[in-house]
Amino acid sequence: MNRTYELMFIVRPDMLEEDQDKLISTLETAVTSSGGAVKSVEKMGKRRLAYVVRRFHDGLYMLLTVEGSGGLIHELERRLRVTEPVIKFLTVRIDEEQKRLDKIKAIKDARRKQPPAPAPSAEPASGEAAPVTA
Amino acid sequence: MADETRSSAPAGDHSGDRPDRERRPPRPGGPGGPGGREGGRKYFRRKKVCKFCVEKIESINYKDVRLLAGFVAESGKIVPRRLTGVCTPHQRRLSTAIKQARNIALLPFAGRAS
Repeated sequence: MNRTYELMFIVRPDMLEEDQDKLISTLETAVTSSGGAVKSVEKMGKRRLAYVVRRFHDGLYMLLTVEGSGGLIHELERRLRVTEPVIKFLTVRIDEEQKRLDKIKAIKDARRKQPPAPAPSAEPASGEAAPVTA
Repeated sequence: MADETRSSAPAGDHSGDRPDRERRPPRPGGPGGPGGREGGRKYFRRKKVCKFCVEKIESINYKDVRLLAGFVAESGKIVPRRLTGVCTPHQRRLSTAIKQARNIALLPFAGRAS
């Protein structure tokens, strides 16, 4: 049962670059060792927090897209919780939303491929009059 | 002006539904004109439309702070549907996204973003 999740977490702003990379690589190994896959890693950079978290006003945002089971997420969240520099994290399941978006897109594409439907108006359909009025 | 549209509707066409009627550009001029049939109504209130339906925004993501901030009041509260005109399905997604964004400190729970 593979699902896609998005892990967003905030680390303290004074964390060194190599420590960040180390943290990310440990998370990646944790994912792959339990049968999941890391789809993308993104450092979103420093951002001002909307409210104070552990006396920090800023934070470094990171985004990890992961494919795997619920147990894997449980493990990742446990790791984030015990990692001291991580001040906040959020996991969101995104595969169902993605499925919905793909469906909408498919419908839209199918509609576009067909010849455009005549304009829904009350006027009688005559080929020459339509461009003038429109 | 208001009388004109009302009278034209039954006479103009035979089909019941006319989807283009809703999407008319806003009429110029605020007051509907004195001496209209609706005596008590002084101002013409434009019909609110759902931003997400009109602009065909399908995904309401918690990361899109710019979009979400438009639906959050100064105090940090989610603005109700009756003020923004967002339709029910979209308001549901919107409120979920705002709550997720609050959780990860992208939006404030209360007050302005410090």
